[in-house]
Amino acid sequence: MSGSSGGPASAEVYRIDWKPGDDTLYGVCHCGAEHRDTDPVRMWEWMLAHPRGHSTDRENDTGEHEHG
Amino acid sequence: MTAFVRNQWYVAAYSAEVGRELLGRTILGEPIVLFRAEADGAVVALSDRCVHRRFPLSESRRDGDRIVCGYHGFTYDTTGACVYVPGQQRIPRTARVGAYSVYEQDSLVWVWIGDAEPADPKTIPRAPHLADPAWTTVRGMEPIDADYLLLVDNLMDLSHETYLHGGYIGTPEVAETPISTEVDEGAGIVRVSRHMDDAECPPFYARSTGITGRISRWQDIEYQAPCLYLLHSRVAPVGAPPPGPDGSDSHAFHTEITYAITPSAEGRVYDFWAVSRDFAVDDEEVTTFLRDFNHKVVMQDVDALNLLQRALATEPEGYQELSINIDTGGLAARRILADLTVAKP
Repeated sequence: MSGSSGGPASAEVYRIDWKPGDDTLYGVCHCGAEHRDTDPVRMWEWMLAHPRGHSTDRENDTGEHEHG
Repeated sequence: MTAFVRNQWYVAAYSAEVGRELLGRTILGEPIVLFRAEADGAVVALSDRCVHRRFPLSESRRDGDRIVCGYHGFTYDTTGACVYVPGQQRIPRTARVGAYSVYEQDSLVWVWIGDAEPADPKTIPRAPHLADPAWTTVRGMEPIDADYLLLVDNLMDLSHETYLHGGYIGTPEVAETPISTEVDEGAGIVRVSRHMDDAECPPFYARSTGITGRISRWQDIEYQAPCLYLLHSRVAPVGAPPPGPDGSDSHAFHTEITYAITPSAEGRVYDFWAVSRDFAVDDEEVTTFLRDFNHKVVMQDVDALNLLQRALATEPEGYQELSINIDTGGLAARRILADLTVAKP
Protein backbone atom coordinates (compact mmCIF):
# COMPACT_ATOMS: atom_id res chain seq x y z
CA MET A 1 0.00 0.00 0.00
CA SER A 2 1.51 3.33 -0.94
CA GLY A 3 1.23 6.89 0.13
CA SER A 4 1.57 6.40 3.85
CA SER A 5 2.15 9.57 5.83
CA GLY A 6 0.82 8.49 9.18
CA GLY A 7 2.76 7.61 12.26
CA PRO A 8 5.17 4.74 12.46
CA ALA A 9 3.62 1.36 11.73
CA SER A 10 3.00 -0.86 14.70
CA ALA A 11 3.48 -4.61 14.78
CA GLU A 12 -0.24 -5.27 14.90
CA VAL A 13 -1.39 -4.99 11.30
CA TYR A 14 -4.41 -6.78 9.86
CA ARG A 15 -4.84 -6.98 6.11
CA ILE A 16 -7.78 -7.96 3.93
CA ASP A 17 -7.42 -8.24 0.16
CA TRP A 18 -10.17 -8.51 -2.35
CA LYS A 19 -8.79 -9.54 -5.68
CA PRO A 20 -10.09 -8.71 -9.15
CA GLY A 21 -12.57 -11.19 -10.59
CA ASP A 22 -13.26 -12.85 -7.26
CA ASP A 23 -15.81 -12.10 -4.54
CA THR A 24 -13.71 -13.76 -1.85
CA LEU A 25 -11.88 -11.74 0.79
CA TYR A 26 -8.40 -12.90 1.80
CA GLY A 27 -7.43 -11.97 5.32
CA VAL A 28 -4.03 -12.07 7.00
CA CYS A 29 -3.82 -11.54 10.74
CA HIS A 30 -0.80 -9.87 12.33
CA CYS A 31 0.17 -13.31 13.63
CA GLY A 32 0.41 -14.60 10.07
CA ALA A 33 -2.78 -16.68 10.14
CA GLU A 34 -4.74 -16.55 6.91
CA HIS A 35 -8.44 -16.81 6.28
CA ARG A 36 -10.93 -16.59 3.44
CA ASP A 37 -14.46 -15.35 3.68
CA THR A 38 -17.19 -13.87 1.53
CA ASP A 39 -18.60 -11.62 4.23
CA PRO A 40 -16.59 -8.67 5.62
CA VAL A 41 -18.44 -8.77 8.94
CA ARG A 42 -17.51 -12.42 9.47
CA MET A 43 -13.99 -11.69 8.29
CA TRP A 44 -13.49 -8.98 10.92
CA GLU A 45 -14.99 -11.26 13.57
CA TRP A 46 -12.40 -13.87 12.68
CA MET A 47 -9.57 -11.30 12.63
CA LEU A 48 -10.41 -9.81 15.97
CA ALA A 49 -10.91 -13.17 17.65
CA HIS A 50 -7.13 -13.55 17.54
CA PRO A 51 -5.68 -15.83 18.76
CA ARG A 52 -8.85 -17.92 18.83
CA GLY A 53 -9.19 -19.84 15.61
CA HIS A 54 -5.86 -18.56 14.34
CA SER A 55 -3.01 -20.65 13.17
CA THR A 56 -0.22 -19.88 10.75
CA ASP A 57 -1.38 -22.92 8.79
CA ARG A 58 -3.29 -21.65 5.79
CA GLU A 59 -7.05 -21.96 6.07
CA ASN A 60 -9.01 -22.65 2.94
CA ASP A 61 -12.51 -22.49 4.27
CA THR A 62 -15.13 -19.83 3.75
CA GLY A 63 -15.61 -18.66 7.26
CA GLU A 64 -17.49 -21.34 9.09
CA HIS A 65 -14.48 -23.36 10.15
CA GLU A 66 -12.49 -22.62 13.25
CA HIS A 67 -9.72 -24.52 14.91
CA GLY A 68 -7.20 -23.96 17.63
CA MET B 1 -26.29 8.11 17.73
CA THR B 2 -22.60 7.20 17.69
CA ALA B 3 -20.77 7.94 20.94
CA PHE B 4 -18.16 10.71 20.81
CA VAL B 5 -14.49 9.85 21.21
CA ARG B 6 -13.12 12.16 23.88
CA ASN B 7 -9.52 12.77 24.92
CA GLN B 8 -8.51 13.44 21.35
CA TRP B 9 -7.38 16.37 19.22
CA TYR B 10 -9.97 17.74 16.79
CA VAL B 11 -9.78 20.36 14.08
CA ALA B 12 -11.75 23.37 15.25
CA ALA B 13 -10.96 25.67 12.33
CA TYR B 14 -8.55 26.49 9.56
CA SER B 15 -5.80 28.82 10.76
CA ALA B 16 -6.97 31.47 8.31
CA GLU B 17 -10.44 31.46 9.85
CA VAL B 18 -9.19 32.55 13.26
CA GLY B 19 -8.37 36.23 13.54
CA ARG B 20 -9.43 39.15 15.65
CA GLU B 21 -13.12 38.36 15.24
CA LEU B 22 -14.68 35.96 17.72
CA LEU B 23 -15.48 32.60 16.13
CA GLY B 24 -17.92 30.16 17.71
CA ARG B 25 -17.69 26.40 17.09
CA THR B 26 -19.29 23.50 18.92
CA ILE B 27 -17.14 20.39 19.20
CA LEU B 28 -18.37 17.15 20.77
CA GLY B 29 -21.22 19.19 22.19
CA GLU B 30 -18.90 21.75 23.82
CA PRO B 31 -19.41 25.35 22.67
CA ILE B 32 -16.03 27.03 22.13
CA VAL B 33 -15.07 30.60 21.24
CA LEU B 34 -11.84 31.15 19.31
CA PHE B 35 -9.78 34.22 18.50
CA ARG B 36 -6.18 35.16 17.84
CA ALA B 37 -4.45 37.12 20.61
CA GLU B 38 -2.93 40.46 19.72
CA ALA B 39 -0.05 39.93 22.09
CA ASP B 40 1.55 36.88 20.48
CA GLY B 41 -0.75 35.79 17.65
CA ALA B 42 -1.59 32.56 19.46
CA VAL B 43 -5.06 31.09 19.06
CA VAL B 44 -7.14 31.26 22.23
CA ALA B 45 -9.98 28.77 22.76
CA LEU B 46 -12.35 29.27 25.67
CA SER B 47 -15.67 27.85 26.71
CA ASP B 48 -18.28 29.85 24.82
CA ARG B 49 -20.65 30.42 27.74
CA CYS B 50 -20.38 33.24 30.26
CA VAL B 51 -20.41 31.83 33.81
CA HIS B 52 -23.05 34.38 34.79
CA ARG B 53 -26.07 33.57 32.65
CA ARG B 54 -24.52 31.37 29.95
CA PHE B 55 -24.59 34.03 27.25
CA PRO B 56 -22.48 33.02 24.21
CA LEU B 57 -19.14 34.83 24.36
CA SER B 58 -18.74 34.34 20.60
CA GLU B 59 -21.68 36.75 20.22
CA SER B 60 -19.98 39.30 22.45
CA ARG B 61 -17.03 41.64 21.80
CA ARG B 62 -13.29 41.77 22.30
CA ASP B 63 -11.43 44.45 24.23
CA GLY B 64 -7.79 43.87 23.37
CA ASP B 65 -7.13 40.26 24.36
CA ARG B 66 -10.15 40.15 26.64
CA ILE B 67 -13.70 39.10 25.87
CA VAL B 68 -16.45 41.27 27.28
CA CYS B 69 -19.74 39.38 27.61
CA GLY B 70 -22.35 41.05 25.46
CA TYR B 71 -25.05 40.64 28.09
CA HIS B 72 -23.73 42.03 31.43
CA GLY B 73 -20.06 42.76 30.79
CA PHE B 74 -18.30 39.92 32.59
CA THR B 75 -14.78 40.15 31.18
CA TYR B 76 -12.35 37.25 30.61
CA ASP B 77 -8.65 37.11 29.85
CA THR B 78 -6.96 34.61 27.53
CA THR B 79 -6.71 32.01 30.31
CA GLY B 80 -10.47 32.13 30.90
CA ALA B 81 -10.12 33.97 34.23
CA CYS B 82 -12.76 36.61 34.87
CA VAL B 83 -11.06 39.96 35.45
CA TYR B 84 -14.11 42.19 35.75
CA VAL B 85 -17.70 41.88 36.89
CA PRO B 86 -20.14 44.79 36.75
CA GLY B 87 -20.86 46.99 39.73
CA GLN B 88 -18.73 45.33 42.40
CA GLN B 89 -15.10 44.96 43.42
CA ARG B 90 -15.16 41.31 44.43
CA ILE B 91 -14.84 38.83 41.61
CA PRO B 92 -16.32 35.49 42.66
CA ARG B 93 -13.75 32.69 42.90
CA THR B 94 -15.72 30.54 40.48
CA ALA B 95 -15.87 33.27 37.84
CA ARG B 96 -13.85 31.51 35.18
CA VAL B 97 -14.52 29.79 31.88
CA GLY B 98 -12.66 26.73 30.71
CA ALA B 99 -9.62 27.15 28.47
CA TYR B 100 -8.75 24.56 25.85
CA SER B 101 -5.34 23.32 24.77
CA VAL B 102 -4.75 24.55 21.23
CA TYR B 103 -2.10 23.64 18.68
CA GLU B 104 -1.70 25.05 15.18
CA GLN B 105 -0.12 22.77 12.63
CA ASP B 106 -0.38 22.30 8.87
CA SER B 107 -2.71 25.34 8.66
CA LEU B 108 -5.19 23.66 10.98
CA VAL B 109 -6.24 24.71 14.48
CA TRP B 110 -6.41 21.61 16.65
CA VAL B 111 -8.22 21.67 19.99
CA TRP B 112 -7.97 19.00 22.67
CA ILE B 113 -11.37 17.76 23.79
CA GLY B 114 -11.27 15.70 26.94
CA ASP B 115 -10.27 15.41 30.51
CA ALA B 116 -6.98 13.59 30.46
CA GLU B 117 -3.92 15.80 30.52
CA PRO B 118 -1.43 16.54 29.32
CA ALA B 119 -2.68 17.03 25.78
CA ASP B 120 0.40 16.03 23.81
CA PRO B 121 0.64 17.84 20.43
CA LYS B 122 3.06 15.19 19.20
CA THR B 123 0.09 12.84 18.86
CA ILE B 124 -1.66 15.13 16.34
CA PRO B 125 -1.76 13.48 12.90
CA ARG B 126 -0.01 15.38 10.12
CA ALA B 127 -1.20 16.81 6.81
CA PRO B 128 1.95 18.72 5.78
CA HIS B 129 0.83 19.31 2.17
CA LEU B 130 -1.78 21.79 3.45
CA ALA B 131 0.93 24.30 4.34
CA ASP B 132 3.62 23.25 1.85
CA PRO B 133 4.38 25.91 -0.79
CA ALA B 134 5.07 23.13 -3.31
CA TRP B 135 1.36 22.32 -3.20
CA THR B 136 -1.66 24.49 -3.97
CA THR B 137 -4.73 23.91 -1.84
CA VAL B 138 -8.40 24.80 -2.13
CA ARG B 139 -10.54 24.24 0.91
CA GLY B 140 -13.83 24.77 2.65
CA MET B 141 -16.02 23.61 5.50
CA GLU B 142 -19.59 22.42 5.44
CA PRO B 143 -21.65 21.48 8.49
CA ILE B 144 -23.75 18.37 7.93
CA ASP B 145 -26.83 17.46 9.93
CA ALA B 146 -25.79 13.87 10.31
CA ASP B 147 -24.07 11.57 12.76
CA TYR B 148 -20.32 11.88 12.18
CA LEU B 149 -20.11 8.14 11.52
CA LEU B 150 -22.15 8.62 8.34
CA LEU B 151 -19.39 10.90 7.03
CA VAL B 152 -16.71 8.37 8.03
CA ASP B 153 -18.68 5.64 6.24
CA ASN B 154 -19.04 7.84 3.17
CA LEU B 155 -15.32 8.57 2.94
CA MET B 156 -14.10 5.05 3.66
CA ASP B 157 -16.04 3.56 0.75
CA LEU B 158 -15.29 5.49 -2.42
CA SER B 159 -17.37 3.17 -4.60
CA HIS B 160 -20.15 5.70 -3.97
CA GLU B 161 -18.27 8.07 -6.31
CA THR B 162 -19.60 6.09 -9.26
CA TYR B 163 -23.22 6.69 -8.30
CA LEU B 164 -23.38 9.86 -6.20
CA HIS B 165 -20.64 11.74 -8.03
CA GLY B 166 -20.96 10.35 -11.56
CA GLY B 167 -19.91 12.97 -14.10
CA TYR B 168 -17.73 14.69 -11.48
CA ILE B 169 -15.20 12.35 -9.86
CA GLY B 170 -16.91 9.00 -10.33
CA THR B 171 -16.47 6.61 -13.21
CA PRO B 172 -17.63 2.97 -13.54
CA GLU B 173 -14.19 1.64 -12.66
CA VAL B 174 -14.25 2.99 -9.11
CA ALA B 175 -17.16 0.79 -8.02
CA GLU B 176 -15.88 -2.16 -10.08
CA THR B 177 -12.34 -2.27 -8.73
CA PRO B 178 -11.61 -4.37 -5.62
CA ILE B 179 -9.91 -2.85 -2.61
CA SER B 180 -7.27 -3.80 -0.12
CA THR B 181 -7.81 -2.89 3.51
CA GLU B 182 -5.20 -2.66 6.20
CA VAL B 183 -5.70 -1.87 9.85
CA ASP B 184 -2.72 -0.83 11.91
CA GLU B 185 -4.15 -1.51 15.31
CA GLY B 186 -1.32 -0.01 17.31
CA ALA B 187 -1.21 3.22 15.32
CA GLY B 188 -5.02 3.46 15.04
CA ILE B 189 -4.93 3.83 11.26
CA VAL B 190 -7.16 2.28 8.60
CA ARG B 191 -5.82 2.18 5.05
CA VAL B 192 -7.95 1.36 2.02
CA SER B 193 -6.35 1.09 -1.36
CA ARG B 194 -7.92 0.93 -4.79
CA HIS B 195 -5.64 0.91 -7.84
CA MET B 196 -7.31 1.20 -11.25
CA ASP B 197 -4.94 0.38 -14.10
CA ASP B 198 -7.09 1.52 -16.99
CA ALA B 199 -9.94 3.85 -16.14
CA GLU B 200 -11.98 6.61 -17.66
CA CYS B 201 -10.68 10.03 -16.67
CA PRO B 202 -13.41 11.92 -14.78
CA PRO B 203 -13.91 15.64 -15.48
CA PHE B 204 -12.31 16.54 -12.14
CA TYR B 205 -8.96 15.24 -13.38
CA ALA B 206 -9.40 15.73 -17.13
CA ARG B 207 -9.94 19.46 -16.76
CA SER B 208 -7.31 20.02 -14.08
CA THR B 209 -4.52 17.90 -15.57
CA GLY B 210 -5.28 18.16 -19.29
CA ILE B 211 -5.22 14.38 -19.73
CA THR B 212 -7.52 13.44 -22.59
CA GLY B 213 -7.23 9.63 -22.65
CA ARG B 214 -7.64 6.85 -20.16
CA ILE B 215 -5.77 6.86 -16.90
CA SER B 216 -4.13 4.82 -14.25
CA ARG B 217 -5.85 6.01 -11.06
CA TRP B 218 -4.75 5.14 -7.55
CA GLN B 219 -6.74 5.94 -4.45
CA ASP B 220 -4.95 5.32 -1.17
CA ILE B 221 -6.99 6.23 1.89
CA GLU B 222 -5.38 6.74 5.25
CA TYR B 223 -7.84 7.34 8.10
CA GLN B 224 -6.25 8.35 11.36
CA ALA B 225 -9.18 8.00 13.71
CA PRO B 226 -11.05 9.87 14.85
CA CYS B 227 -10.50 13.16 13.02
CA LEU B 228 -8.10 13.10 10.07
CA TYR B 229 -8.73 11.43 6.71
CA LEU B 230 -6.28 11.60 3.84
CA LEU B 231 -6.86 10.35 0.31
CA HIS B 232 -3.62 10.13 -1.61
CA SER B 233 -4.65 10.28 -5.25
CA ARG B 234 -2.31 9.46 -8.14
CA VAL B 235 -3.41 9.92 -11.73
CA ALA B 236 -1.29 9.22 -14.81
CA PRO B 237 -1.92 8.45 -18.47
CA VAL B 238 -2.20 4.71 -19.08
CA GLY B 239 1.26 3.38 -19.87
CA ALA B 240 3.16 6.03 -17.91
CA PRO B 241 6.00 4.61 -15.79
CA PRO B 242 5.16 3.74 -12.19
CA PRO B 243 6.87 5.54 -9.29
CA GLY B 244 10.60 4.91 -9.05
CA PRO B 245 12.21 3.02 -6.19
CA ASP B 246 13.34 6.35 -4.71
CA GLY B 247 9.75 7.61 -4.66
CA SER B 248 10.14 9.88 -7.69
CA ASP B 249 7.01 9.97 -9.81
CA SER B 250 7.33 12.76 -12.32
CA HIS B 251 4.94 11.21 -14.87
CA ALA B 252 1.96 11.37 -12.54
CA PHE B 253 -0.34 14.03 -11.12
CA HIS B 254 -0.76 13.90 -7.37
CA THR B 255 -3.67 15.20 -5.38
CA GLU B 256 -4.01 15.04 -1.63
CA ILE B 257 -7.63 15.13 -0.54
CA THR B 258 -7.89 15.94 3.14
CA TYR B 259 -10.89 15.77 5.41
CA ALA B 260 -11.09 16.70 9.05
CA ILE B 261 -14.15 15.02 10.52
CA THR B 262 -15.09 16.96 13.64
CA PRO B 263 -18.26 15.90 15.44
CA SER B 264 -20.09 19.05 16.47
CA ALA B 265 -23.11 17.86 18.39
CA GLU B 266 -25.44 14.91 18.35
CA GLY B 267 -26.42 14.44 14.71
CA ARG B 268 -24.15 17.21 13.42
CA VAL B 269 -20.62 17.13 12.04
CA TYR B 270 -18.19 19.67 10.59
CA ASP B 271 -16.86 18.52 7.22
CA PHE B 272 -13.53 20.30 6.68
CA TRP B 273 -12.42 19.50 3.13
CA ALA B 274 -9.29 20.39 1.20
CA VAL B 275 -7.85 19.47 -2.18
CA SER B 276 -4.09 19.96 -2.62
CA ARG B 277 -2.24 19.41 -5.91
CA ASP B 278 1.38 19.28 -6.97
CA PHE B 279 0.69 20.27 -10.60
CA ALA B 280 -0.31 23.57 -12.21
CA VAL B 281 0.29 25.09 -8.80
CA ASP B 282 0.29 28.67 -10.11
CA ASP B 283 -2.61 28.23 -12.53
CA GLU B 284 -5.48 30.31 -11.16
CA GLU B 285 -7.92 28.82 -13.63
CA VAL B 286 -7.22 25.34 -12.32
CA THR B 287 -7.49 26.60 -8.75
CA THR B 288 -10.87 28.18 -9.43
CA PHE B 289 -12.08 25.12 -11.28
CA LEU B 290 -11.04 22.69 -8.53
CA ARG B 291 -12.53 24.89 -5.79
CA ASP B 292 -15.90 25.20 -7.51
CA PHE B 293 -15.99 21.64 -8.79
CA ASN B 294 -14.99 20.05 -5.51
CA HIS B 295 -17.46 22.22 -3.62
CA LYS B 296 -20.19 20.75 -5.83
CA VAL B 297 -18.94 17.25 -5.02
CA VAL B 298 -18.88 18.00 -1.29
CA MET B 299 -22.42 19.38 -1.47
CA GLN B 300 -23.57 16.18 -3.19
CA ASP B 301 -22.31 14.32 -0.11
CA VAL B 302 -23.81 16.89 2.26
CA ASP B 303 -27.23 16.59 0.63
CA ALA B 304 -27.05 12.79 0.60
CA LEU B 305 -25.99 12.53 4.25
CA ASN B 306 -28.62 15.04 5.40
CA LEU B 307 -31.19 12.92 3.57
CA LEU B 308 -29.81 9.65 4.92
CA GLN B 309 -29.84 10.95 8.51
CA ARG B 310 -33.48 12.01 8.17
CA ALA B 311 -34.34 8.59 6.77
CA LEU B 312 -32.49 6.78 9.56
CA ALA B 313 -34.33 8.85 12.15
CA THR B 314 -37.56 7.16 11.07
CA GLU B 315 -36.11 3.65 11.33
CA PRO B 316 -36.94 1.50 14.35
CA GLU B 317 -34.10 1.02 16.81
CA GLY B 318 -31.79 -1.84 15.89
CA TYR B 319 -32.48 -1.64 12.18
CA GLN B 320 -30.60 -4.05 9.98
CA GLU B 321 -27.86 -3.16 7.52
CA LEU B 322 -26.18 -5.30 4.91
CA SER B 323 -22.45 -5.05 4.42
CA ILE B 324 -20.56 -6.33 1.37
CA ASN B 325 -16.94 -6.31 0.25
CA ILE B 326 -16.87 -2.57 -0.46
CA ASP B 327 -17.61 -1.97 3.22
CA THR B 328 -14.51 -3.72 4.56
CA GLY B 329 -12.72 -0.43 5.29
CA GLY B 330 -15.78 1.29 6.71
CA LEU B 331 -16.37 -1.60 9.09
CA ALA B 332 -12.77 -1.34 10.25
CA ALA B 333 -13.16 2.38 10.91
CA ARG B 334 -16.35 1.81 12.89
CA ARG B 335 -14.65 -0.77 15.04
CA ILE B 336 -11.64 1.44 15.77
CA LEU B 337 -13.95 4.32 16.74
CA ALA B 338 -15.92 1.97 19.02
CA ASP B 339 -12.68 0.85 20.67
CA LEU B 340 -11.53 4.44 21.17
CA THR B 341 -14.86 5.27 22.77
CA VAL B 342 -14.41 2.48 25.28
CA ALA B 343 -10.71 3.10 25.87
CA LYS B 344 -11.06 6.82 26.46
CA PRO B 345 -14.56 7.55 27.76
